[in-house]
Parts: sequence; structure tokens; C-alpha cells
Amino acid sequence: MIENALRFLSLADANVRFVLLGSLLIGATGGLLGSFAVLRRRSLVGDALAHAALPGVALAYLLTGSKALPVLLLGATISGILGVLVIQFITNFTRIKADSAIGIVLSVFFGIGIVLLTHIQRVGGGNQSGLDKFLFGQAAAMVGDDLVVMVVLVVIIVAAVLFFYKEFKALIFDPGFFSTLGFSSRWVDVLLMGLIVLTVMVGLQAVGVVLIAAMLITPAVAARFWSERLGTMVLISTAFGGVSGIVGTFISSLAPRIPTGPVMVLVATFFFLVSALVAPRRGLFSRWRRERHNRQRESRQHFLRAYFELAEKARESASFSTSELAAELGWNAVRVERLGRKLARQQYAERVGAGWRLLQKGFDEGLFIVKSHRLWEHYLYYRSILNADHVDRPADEVEHLLTPEIIERLEQILSEERGIDPQQVVNIHGSLSHYRRGGRE
Amino acid sequence: MISIDGAFWIVLTGALATSSCALLGTFLVLRKMSLLGDALSHAILPGIAIAFLFSDSRAIIPMFVGAAACGLLTTLLVEAFHRRWNVQEDASIGIVFTALFALGVVIITVYAGQVDLDQECVLYGEIAYTPWDLLIVGDGEYGPRPVWILGGVFLLDLLFILCFYKELKIASFDPAMAVAVGINATLMHYLLMGAVSLTTVAAFESVGAILVVAMLIVPGATAYLWSDKLHVILLLSVCCGLVAAVGGYWMASLWDSSIAGAMVAVIGAIFFVSLLISPNQGVVARIWQRIAFSLQVAQDHMLLALARRAEVEEQYRFSRRELIEMASVWRGVALLALRRLRRRALVEEREDHFYLAAAGRQEALRLLRNHRLWEAYLNGLGLPEDHVHDPADAVEHFIGRELAAELDAEVAGQTDPQGKRIPPSE
Repeated sequence: MIENALRFLSLADANVRFVLLGSLLIGATGGLLGSFAVLRRRSLVGDALAHAALPGVALAYLLTGSKALPVLLLGATISGILGVLVIQFITNFTRIKADSAIGIVLSVFFGIGIVLLTHIQRVGGGNQSGLDKFLFGQAAAMVGDDLVVMVVLVVIIVAAVLFFYKEFKALIFDPGFFSTLGFSSRWVDVLLMGLIVLTVMVGLQAVGVVLIAAMLITPAVAARFWSERLGTMVLISTAFGGVSGIVGTFISSLAPRIPTGPVMVLVATFFFLVSALVAPRRGLFSRWRRERHNRQRESRQHFLRAYFELAEKARESASFSTSELAAELGWNAVRVERLGRKLARQQYAERVGAGWRLLQKGFDEGLFIVKSHRLWEHYLYYRSILNADHVDRPADEVEHLLTPEIIERLEQILSEERGIDPQQVVNIHGSLSHYRRGGRE
Repeated sequence: MISIDGAFWIVLTGALATSSCALLGTFLVLRKMSLLGDALSHAILPGIAIAFLFSDSRAIIPMFVGAAACGLLTTLLVEAFHRRWNVQEDASIGIVFTALFALGVVIITVYAGQVDLDQECVLYGEIAYTPWDLLIVGDGEYGPRPVWILGGVFLLDLLFILCFYKELKIASFDPAMAVAVGINATLMHYLLMGAVSLTTVAAFESVGAILVVAMLIVPGATAYLWSDKLHVILLLSVCCGLVAAVGGYWMASLWDSSIAGAMVAVIGAIFFVSLLISPNQGVVARIWQRIAFSLQVAQDHMLLALARRAEVEEQYRFSRRELIEMASVWRGVALLALRRLRRRALVEEREDHFYLAAAGRQEALRLLRNHRLWEAYLNGLGLPEDHVHDPADAVEHFIGRELAAELDAEVAGQTDPQGKRIPPSE
């Protein structure tokens, strides 16, 4: 195995270089086109197309007796396109839905392909070996001539993507755009479909008909986690695909039996899983971190506001014991104690005897959150959205989300419509009932 | 090569596999879950392979446990990626099943020595070996093992459908109603998925992971082309499966190819024929409906043209060429329509020209009345008078007596927007 690895890595063998270049091309084009296919919601059409290509491969061999890649791929293209047309036809003409139509075409064409392949195998003796690779893919079987075919296809695909990039972008994000220009988005869709067909053909012999769909879907979805911009996403997806191709081929070269296609798919899936976990913003870890941060801020702000409410009742800002805070918050004492210690560590509060007192940092944030809470209560009340005894709970939920800009706007609205002095909302130490006693109502 | 006895067991195995798949698949098709069925049948492969590795045998129990675990994993992962990560549902299905299937293939090939499974079995099963795969209990032989397993699964599926027939029916045709009457939709979903997993595992050995998809989806979809009634659809789908089992075996022996593949090809052929000739969904029926409709339109247009000319000219007549132009449909259809008009004695031909016959005059006035009533009605709704002709042209064929009376009451005038007289009802 190590011998195999070294021979592979030294790139001394011309065949190894061919295979490597081939799988790089397959993975990269899959990733490139896959981005558009997935965003256009055509994920599984590639799957149906690839399965539908199998009878074409077998028929091309039966009719011509040739195993040359261009001949087989021509057959594959024709039957693949036929499959896509049948899907269209079934969904347009009958009440059978697209998902069933995809399943029908995929499995029936594949069944016919299997009939033809087994027939060739039994009638033609061991002559089928060259066609077997189209099932699960055999990267090692690629030779120089095959590579020429692939490079030509890839050049066509890349050129088309570069040339029609804007059109594809519009097709994905704003199909209506074309009708404002006076023509239909249909031809762009057809073009995209054609490029997906070509991409499937590029990968057919190394990845195989069963799994090539993954090379279209998986890198693209993985890339989607990393970027919101189409251009960046396409580049990342292409890179994921290309690396999956290379690594997959390397692993499958370690032992003679390991099929290339499945390993490439597993490497791409690995990228997908890693992306789903660690990608910034959309990844699981980053979301956990964000949620934990929010939860912590929420309970901290509850603590701070409880402190202010107590200080108001006591008419002084002294220190308050854990049990007083717990009663105000409706939490148990252990939770308050734990949070207090944490806030002390973070310089929001300090322990004074048996209780807690806010430091400057805690005082500032507490003031802000109390103001947010009360402004929101006022707003809900004066805009007559809710009556006075129903505003506390919603304000409780919203107070953590209000930004200084929203606060400013609320102050402006309340002072213009109700003549409330922004300073007083805080200084008056007033809850809503206070206001009403003051005769403002 | 294979005795009649052997052929019987193979066909029986195929029939049991296709009919159990067909029963459950019908619900997958109706509930728009075909792709989940597809994904499930691929995704159970690693479960089966691992079960083989550990149990070292083809006992159904470990295989089912492995497959059920994978099936559950697939359902959960697809849900999770779709809901928690906002990945599109079909992309999510695509990622999960290709990954698991790839894993299965790798396990099978890497442990080829230990696992009594090969790629061919995964692709198209080993139904041909059924007659030699005997169930041996103690000293006795009790016929082929796959027949027992598939027979048992078929009975279980049948029992499941009979027990939950009403629930499945409501949940398939009207999910909102199902929730409203208190059917536990999640439970039904997981029960159905469990049954699908069990059936795919049982069928896997005989027909492989991919061909099973065809047996699940295609019979149900075929039957759905023929009927609206659930029990008829179920019955038809099973019949389709049976025909496929017999026909597939026959075709495979004729052609010397994979038996399971041939069964799928036959199912496909049945579907294709149904697609062509089914009475109200089929292509032939649709095309015929379309031709019949344009025949009707062409006749109406010709009558209208004659009637309009009759209003301004006593000696009205049309040449054949003119009339065909007025029909505004394909020439061939227009010619047919003209022949019909003459056969129905609505028009007369004299000296190469066409005139309205008495019966034709009545029919033409009725159409003209419809057309102008609709124009007047649209005009009354505020559509400018130079925009009312085309919509009226499209609608005139469909206005019945009652609607005409209603329109008449609505417009309450004697002329259309262009000031032409609306013919009174006869």
C-alpha cells in the first residue's frame, strides 16, 4: 500500500499523471456546474440524467462494436437527453409529479441498461469489462485519448459558463428579468441543462452513472455554507470538487479493488460535513456559539435589570443579596449565585458581603437595557398595540434585540407623538403606572 | 438450463418482490415521496454490508436491523439538513443517499473476502440463484429462502395496508384533513418508511438496490394513470408487478440477460404503453381531446363567419378557401371541420360556394349571440370596446343556455359595444 502511495505521489508514471488530471477535471467541472444546478433547483435531474445514460453506453457498443470513449459518450448523451425529455413529458402531460417522474426515468432506464450490459456480458464473453467501469467508475482506466475528449468537453463547459455567467446569475436569482428584456428565460434554462449533460459525460467513466449526481450536488451545497456571493461560491465549489477528485483518486489507487467513484463521493461528503460544522455564520459550531452568546447576554441583562428595579424600590443603589435578586428574577438562588460569580469575573459586578453591586460596565449596560425595556413598553402602549398590563412580557423578549439606532428612533417617536422627554424615561424611575399617576394620560 | 421448477421459484420470487414493492410504492407516489423511497433503497446498503460483516450470514434479522438503522439515519439526516441547515430538500436527499451508497460500495469492495456480496448483487440482485438458496431447518428442506422471506414481507405489507387503509388514504389524498381528524401523520410517515425499509431489504438480495426503486415507484405511477380510486390503483399496481415478473423472466431467458433488469424493463414498458393509451391521462387521449376541441372551434368560427356576412349581405356566400381561412386553425383540421358541418347539414354547398342551411342559421345565431353578449358584458365591466373581441372569441364556445340568459339579464341591451344587434334567443 505504501509502495502504491509513493508511486502515485512521485507522479513518475505518465498514466498516474493522466488519471490525476482527469479526476481533477471531473471534480472541478462537477463543482462548477453543480453550483448553478443546485441553485436552480435541478439537483436530482443530474442523477436521473446519469442513470438514463447507461442504456446509451450499452447500445452504442452493441451498434458499433467500438469501445472508444467518444462513441460511448455520444450514445450516453443521446439517451441521457432522452431521459430528461421523458421526465418533462411525463410531468407536462399527466398528473404524475416531478419527483415520481424522476424516479421512474432513473430506475427504468437503469434497468434497461442492466439488461443490455448483462446481455453483452453473457453473449460477448468477457468482453464487457470496458463497459463495467461506467457503473461505479474506474479512474485508473483513463488513457490519453480519453483525456483529450474530457479536456475538449471541459473547455466547452468553462467557456460557456464564463460567457453566459450573467445570464445564469439572472436565471437563478431573478428569472423574471428576462421577460423585461423581451425574451424568455427558457433558452438559458436549456443551455444550463445542456451544460449539465456535458458535465455528466465528463465524469461518467471515472465516477460512474450511479454516483455522479453527488459530484454535482455535494461540493456545491458544501460551498454554499461558506459564501453568500455566487462568484465566490462557484470558486469554492470548484475547488472542493477538484480536491475531492484528486484525493479520491489517490485513495482508490492504494488498493486495486477500491472503486474510484464512491471514494470521490465520500471525500466530497467529508468536505460537506466539515463545512456544515465549521463554516462561519451558517455552520453548526458558529450557530451554537452565537446561540450561547445570546443566551448569556440575555440572562446577564435580566440580572442587570433586576438590580435596577431593586435599586429603584430601595431608592438607592446599594448592594443586593442573592436571594433578593432571585426573588425579583423568579430564578432559584443557585442560578443567581453562579451568574453573579461569572459577572464578577467579567467585571460587570462585584461581591459585597453577602450581595452584589454593579461596577461601571454593568451599570452602563443595565441603564441601557432598562431604557430599552421601558421605551418598548411605552411604544406598545401609546401605539395602542397592547394595554398597560400586557406590555411587560413582550418588552422582556424584545429588550435584548433593540439596537441604539432603534432606541433613538423610539425616543424620537415618543417625544414627537407623546411629548416624553427621552431623559426622563430613565430618570423618572417610572414604570408605566408611574406615568399615569403623573397625569400624563 | 433451469428446470420448470426453478423457473417457477424465480417467477414467484419476482412476483412477491414486485407486488410488495408496488403496494407500498403506490403510497409513496401519492404522497409525493418517491425520491425518499429512492434514497432509502440506496442508503440501506451500508447497513446491509455491515450486518454481513458482523453476522457472517444472510440471516434476515441482522440485515434488517442494519438497514432499518440506515433508513432511519437517512430520514433524520435529510430532515436535519433540510430544516436545520436550510439545504433544499432534493439536494439534501441527493447528498445523504449518495454518501451512504458510496460508503456501502466501498465496504463491499474492500471487504470482498469477508462479505458474501458483490457489486453485481448490489446492482441487479441474484434472483437467478433463488432455486438453489434453500431454507434448511434441521434436516428438512422447505423450498427457496427468498420466497419465504418475500412472502412474509408481502403478507406484512398487506396487513399494514389493510389495518391502516383509511388512515393512509386520507393522509395521501388530503394531508390537512388527516391532521384535522386526528390522524397521527408523523406516526403514519414513520410506519410507512419502516415498511418501505423492510420491503427493500427483503427485495435487495433478489433485485439489488437500484432496480428496487423501479418496483417501488413505477407500478404505482402506472396504476395512477388508469384510475382515481385507491383500491383500484393498489390492485392495478400489483397486477402490473405480476405481469412484469412473468414477462421479465420470459424476456431474460429469451435474451440471456439479468432477470431483475428485464422485470424492470417490462414494468417500464407497461408504464410507457399506459402513458400512451390511458383513457384520460394518456397521450393519445390528450391529443384526441385537443383535435376534437379544435374541430369544434373551427366549425364554430366558420358558422360565425357565415352569420356575420349574412347580416350585411342578402346574397351571402363563401368560397372554400375563404371559409378555411376564417376557421383560424390548421388547414387539415379546418377541412375536416367543413366536412363535418356539411354532414351535420349546417351548411350547403352550391356551385363551389357555401351557404348556411336553416339548422346552421340557428346554430350560428346562437354562437353570435354568445359572442356579442360576452363582448357587451366585458365592456360593461370596463374593458374598452376595441379589446373585447379576442376574449369573446375564446369564450364563445363554452357559453351554455343558462349562462347566456344570465348575461342577457346583466347587459340588458340590444346591441354589442360596436353597436351590432345581439340576436335574441330562439
